[in-house]
Amino acid sequence: MSDLFTVAVTVNGTQYERTVEPRLLLSDFLRHELGLTGTHVGCEHGVCGACTVLFDGVPARSCLMFAVQANGHEILTVEGLGTPENLHPLQEAFWEAHGAQCGFCTPGFLMTLVPFLEENPNPTEEEIREAISGNLCRCTGYQHIVDAVTLAAEKVRT
Amino acid sequence: MKPAPFKYYAPTTVEEALAHLAEYGYDAKVLAGGQSLIPMLNFRLAQPSVLVDLNNVSELFYIRPDENGGLLLGAMTRQRQVEHDPLVAERAPLIHEVMPQIAYPQIRSRGTFGGSLAHADPSAELVAVNMALNARFRLRSQAGERWVPADEFFVGLFTTVLEPDELLVEVALPAMLPRSGWAFLQITRRHHDFCIAGVAVLVTLDDKDQCEQARLVFLSVGDGPVNARQAAEMLVGQTPTPEAIRAAAEKAASDEIDPGSDIHASAEYRRHLAKVLARRALTQAFDRARGG
Repeated sequence: MSDLFTVAVTVNGTQYERTVEPRLLLSDFLRHELGLTGTHVGCEHGVCGACTVLFDGVPARSCLMFAVQANGHEILTVEGLGTPENLHPLQEAFWEAHGAQCGFCTPGFLMTLVPFLEENPNPTEEEIREAISGNLCRCTGYQHIVDAVTLAAEKVRT
Repeated sequence: MKPAPFKYYAPTTVEEALAHLAEYGYDAKVLAGGQSLIPMLNFRLAQPSVLVDLNNVSELFYIRPDENGGLLLGAMTRQRQVEHDPLVAERAPLIHEVMPQIAYPQIRSRGTFGGSLAHADPSAELVAVNMALNARFRLRSQAGERWVPADEFFVGLFTTVLEPDELLVEVALPAMLPRSGWAFLQITRRHHDFCIAGVAVLVTLDDKDQCEQARLVFLSVGDGPVNARQAAEMLVGQTPTPEAIRAAAEKAASDEIDPGSDIHASAEYRRHLAKVLARRALTQAFDRARGG
């Protein structure tokens, strides 16, 4: 049994404090310790992108970080993006353009794309495909996802 | 899968990190960005009993100009930061060009410049590129520090000259000489996947448009980065005609690399790719050298 560490972290604007083993992955911490199950766990080796969250504002794989490393940092998960009554424009666009199929990969796509659209509000199709290169959709719905991002970019601009 | 238990240290200074490494030796593993190490921990391919996490060692995060026109990078500088740094774009255009090709955006947010080098994956872009650029690495231990050139740093598959109590703390990139040209080309199954074969090239022309210096370093075609010295020597002192370039590329691909076969490509195919990529990269690099 390894030592326990206290993690004080801000997730979606809320402060949490938990005591955990250092080997606990950030993805498991979010899901099991905080009950934020919107962050999905796919491959656990950095390939699928389903667990992508914003760590201090930049997209990162939460399965490739330990919860202890989040101590003192700020995280945004899909739960912090919008509410069912008030969706984020990107979520709205995913809905309208059928960007979500089974939905498993969707939170990871959203958390990858939110900062991408902030940095690049008028992306080309190629830039969108580049941006989502680190996210896998096994329903193979990439075309709809690209359409959704294009639509979201239009929504944000207008 | 989940990692096996380990003792965890998160030092805030290099001194403190070195003390942990000195105490635990081979039982300790250094955690930089974790984008290669944590997958191995998750699958329990690696089960170190101690992790020394460098993410709080703020003195290792920097990009600085050096007085000779080169660059100094702290080992923990995030790949994302290197990718967007204007000084890197100006002083190390080859690095700037390669950064967006490394893994995925989410990986570059955490992955570090030095971590990729210390990991020494033979398919890592930064390994080949740093060797092509004649980078030098500063290694520190409690006993002191030493500088090791990239040519001597990488010794084999995932293996470097780093001793268990040593830390890679800084990378020094020399200034590009006038009339230099560079290129990096690789083939991957999909964009950003692990490379099947690739090459990094740096060349310099003299005032008669002859090749003064050439570096040609391959990735994914051997146990480590492959510095094709014979091919480079064939070019030095020559006018880089298409024929000379073709001959050098053939030399490198037939005599200097040692590609393996796996599920992604046969050795023969890798050799073919290496030859074509070397020819294209040399052509591009010499064109750039003439233009600049």
